[in-house]
Amino acid sequence: MLYQWLVAPFADFAFLRRALVACLALSLGGAPVGVFLVLRRMSLIGDTLAHSVLPGAAAGFIIAGLSLPAMSLGGFVAGLAVALMAGLISRITPQKEDASFAAFFTISLALGVLMVSLRGNAVDLMHVLFGSILAVDDPALYLMAGVASVSMAVFALIYRGLVAECFDPTFLRAVKAPGALYHSLFLVLAVANLVSGFQTLGTLMAVGLMMLSATAARFWAGEVWGLIAVAAGISFGSSLVGLLLSFHFDLPSGPTIVLAAGTVYLASLMAGPRQGILTGGARRRHLQR
Amino acid sequence: MLTLDNLTITYERHPAVHHVSGHFDEGSLTALVGPNGAGKSSLIKALAGLLKPSGGHIDRHGLAPSDIAYLPQMTAIDDNFPMSVRDVVLMGHWRRVGAFISLGKAAFTAAYEALRAVGLEGFEKRRFSSLSVGQQQRALFARVMVADCPIILLDEPFSAIDTRTVDDLLALIHRWQGEGRTLIAVLHDMAQIRAHFPQSLLLARRLIAWGPTAEVLSAANLEAARLMGEAWDDHAEPCAGAA
Repeated sequence: MLYQWLVAPFADFAFLRRALVACLALSLGGAPVGVFLVLRRMSLIGDTLAHSVLPGAAAGFIIAGLSLPAMSLGGFVAGLAVALMAGLISRITPQKEDASFAAFFTISLALGVLMVSLRGNAVDLMHVLFGSILAVDDPALYLMAGVASVSMAVFALIYRGLVAECFDPTFLRAVKAPGALYHSLFLVLAVANLVSGFQTLGTLMAVGLMMLSATAARFWAGEVWGLIAVAAGISFGSSLVGLLLSFHFDLPSGPTIVLAAGTVYLASLMAGPRQGILTGGARRRHLQR
Repeated sequence: MLTLDNLTITYERHPAVHHVSGHFDEGSLTALVGPNGAGKSSLIKALAGLLKPSGGHIDRHGLAPSDIAYLPQMTAIDDNFPMSVRDVVLMGHWRRVGAFISLGKAAFTAAYEALRAVGLEGFEKRRFSSLSVGQQQRALFARVMVADCPIILLDEPFSAIDTRTVDDLLALIHRWQGEGRTLIAVLHDMAQIRAHFPQSLLLARRLIAWGPTAEVLSAANLEAARLMGEAWDDHAEPCAGAA
């Protein structure tokens, strides 16, 4: 019975196995991105980057049809352009970085939807917005595994600098460390992981999985590396549960995965050992320790 | 140790410090005093190499800006970010290890010794954000100690901090001076300055006086600084009204 429910679908169907591996790559690559976005109070910026991928992917779609390399490259370039522009605008005008990100968020979404509609039909639009995790082919899998591997390696390299830059940027400037470089590399990794997720979950759902698992992790772990580990676990666990539910009950996989992550988030919010609503006593213990 | 030559600093396009010249001796302990908006923080940031002078020159006599430990006002820190006290103190090793070199046992030993020196023994694994403001400042002093720099700059180190912590940190400052380090601190409490700081620099955008504290903090000098501070406000009003 348990085997029938949990293992048989993956044993029997190659497309489900591929989907599971894709989710593993997304979870490992996306966890550090989500955790640092949440810690830097940049959750909205994560949303914006996800949406800014859209017009770029749409441009790739208009030029080359449903081609993974063209759409990924377009999305990556567009995401980076928005990240750079928002940073630049906040530097040369009094506009705060998050406000300019919010503006780009709306513009990108509207532009992306408009562009896809110009050339494609409603099915194409759904594909770009919500992905198609059950149709992950070899190139897509290589891309996602590649992005996840490179992203974890780069995070390991810049980890110390990025943590220091988040905690006390003035200190890093005083010791002449390249704090802005760490921040920029982080934004590049964020865009790369969102592009990698967009093929399978779509831009909207990819950022959802990333942010939900990172926010839920705050109720379980204290230090940054612990948050990343817990977020990756929650993300992959939600993917597994979401895939199984979508298979057994014939539900769309992307939203089911994100809803599974949402359930974990709500459960963590209520009962997480670190300042969950029902476990508020943990706060006092935490202060005394 | 640090020589200022006709130093002028503009901060966010406003002139903050004008034409300051003088010299901090090696091993000196100087209080940087002045009314609000006098340019004290701008001057200390320029000394730390964080603000470029718009005129004049700072001669560090062969030291790099990164040989100077700088403790900014506490508001610069994101204390919501999950850092253990131990990791905050370990940041002090940055000048030697940078982003990539392994910390090694000696670095941890130095961090634990510094925590003991500031009275935070046993707090290593606590979250920085769970400490009181005074304890946080103790941890940041431990970070300065670990950095082991010949010049130490402190920007308002005692604002909003309990008296017992202030006394402990003052003792630490004297210990650092005894080790031959050069210290410069932005301060407000005149009694404290007279009791603990042999040298003072009184600033009101331009230099009012610089030398032994008893001479610098004379009634006439303080009155001059106060009047200059009020003059900026008088000047500011018509501008605000016009805008």
